[in-house]
Amino acid sequence: MALLTVEDLQVRYGLIQAIRGVSFEVNEGEVVALIGANGAGKTTIMHSICNLIPKAGGKVTFEGKDITNTPAHNLISMGMAQVPEGRRIFQELTVAENLRLGAYTRKDKGEIAASLEEMYERFPILKERSKQIAGTLSGGEQQMLATTRALMSRPKLLLMDEPSMGLSPLFVNIIFDMIKKVNEEGTTVLLVEQNAKKALSIADRGYVLEIGKMVKTGTGKELLEDDSIRKAYLGG
Amino acid sequence: MSTLIDGLSLGSIYALIALGYTMVYGIAKMLNFAHGDIIMVGTYAVLTTMALCGFPVVAIVAAVIVCTILGVVVEKVAYKPLRGASPLAVLITAIGVSYLLQSIAQLIYGAKPQPVNLINFGHVTFGSTTLNISTLVTLCVAAVIMAGLTIFIKKTKTGRAMIAVSEDRGAAELMGIPVNNVITLTFGIGSALAAAASVFYLLQIPATSPTVGSLPGIKAFTAAVIGGIGSIPGAMIGGILLGVIEKVCMSIPALNPYTTAIEFSLLIVILLVKPTGLLGKKRREKV
Ligand SMILES: Nc1ncnc2c1ncn2[C@@H]1O[C@H](COP(=O)(O)OP(=O)(O)O)[C@@H](O)[C@H]1O
Ligand SMILES: [Mg+2]
Repeated sequence: MALLTVEDLQVRYGLIQAIRGVSFEVNEGEVVALIGANGAGKTTIMHSICNLIPKAGGKVTFEGKDITNTPAHNLISMGMAQVPEGRRIFQELTVAENLRLGAYTRKDKGEIAASLEEMYERFPILKERSKQIAGTLSGGEQQMLATTRALMSRPKLLLMDEPSMGLSPLFVNIIFDMIKKVNEEGTTVLLVEQNAKKALSIADRGYVLEIGKMVKTGTGKELLEDDSIRKAYLGG
Repeated sequence: MSTLIDGLSLGSIYALIALGYTMVYGIAKMLNFAHGDIIMVGTYAVLTTMALCGFPVVAIVAAVIVCTILGVVVEKVAYKPLRGASPLAVLITAIGVSYLLQSIAQLIYGAKPQPVNLINFGHVTFGSTTLNISTLVTLCVAAVIMAGLTIFIKKTKTGRAMIAVSEDRGAAELMGIPVNNVITLTFGIGSALAAAASVFYLLQIPATSPTVGSLPGIKAFTAAVIGGIGSIPGAMIGGILLGVIEKVCMSIPALNPYTTAIEFSLLIVILLVKPTGLLGKKRREKV
């Protein structure tokens, strides 16, 4: 069943049309990778799905409900959480405060502490640094925090925008292992990446975006073996 | 000694007003130039309530309620439709709101200054120093208010949501924080603090006029910039610093005529040495 569907999405920045009628879907239980070069429009799609920026056209549904015009702050309680590009953790707050803000809309107050412990189990380093100001964390730790912050809302669908950006190979592996694990535990994932090889290797399906248009789709394996994609995104 | 206490007391009034500027700037990313006029409205609320019933406590509560509602209404009617508009359009609107409030006050109460008798506390003498009790009351109550605000921001869920919005509005939205409501709340709190400042102002100078908010407004704005606009402790420190400097300069005959010039020079010097103000931080621009 399709958890998220995007139909004919269009986004403009002034006179520039950045997204020109993009359609795709994410089915329950999948990891779907959206790959494309820098400037293709991946972040624009992620922001417009969540209404952080307005759409110029198209329709978005989540679990069958039309969320085309649902304000960003209402989506997380519906079960859709985003780890934005550049992590965007709250630098002036502590690690624990960041995590608690991830559970801002949760009604089951009593269980938030348990979720916090769950996140600390995933990444014990976050527990060690729980009282530390988040701005002092390393890039890799900030990505761990941004991801667990989103998981604090117990999402059905996790949107991740370039989690590997600027990370050392070690941290890239840690983050991708985590994505796989989170997915195995039942969370559906839409993963945006420039690191196409890594993303496609853990994805059930993938889409390729070129300057605002979808040009190709297939299973992760198919795309990894596709000649034109090897040339353009996988370094030959 | 009494000069220092006078300065701390005046400074705490500036700090309360500066907090309104700095919180609104931090969270809504705009300079609310009508903020000083909220103080003016507070003084007229006291004037009217005192004329109607004569109970100072009722007058103070009335000032807080009127100012808070006014701050929220101004935000909803004048500023909210401009969310996302150019900063210049917002600034011009704020100046317009400022003139509007002054004109309305002038229509209702006339342009002439009027006396406002709230409470006369008298004074106490310690050895050789004589202090107005109102000064001490101002200092203590303002300190309690500022401590309360600090605890609210640091320790409550809503307070942390305010910090989140001020740091990164988009990321705050993604957490499910209703950013517009947080902005409205901020205007409400800022205006309530301005109401408190108007009451303390009347304890020092028991008179009002439609432009009574302008000078304290500008001084407090200066204090907010000195402390680092957007920084809450910065506004407190900037306000206190400015108040103490003002009273010290006024008490020295040679400096007295230059008091205001010295205060604004301090602003310039601090901005030259540290362009973001004492506790200000550089901010990254985000979506
Ligand atoms: N705020 C903006 N204003 C104008 N153009 C923008 C803005 N953000 C992105 N763009 C443009 O839209 C296109 C897509 O950008 P983006 O979605 O960030 O790409 P990606 O995430 O795939 O690297 C780029 O050409 C970029 O220059
Ligand atoms: Mg991007």
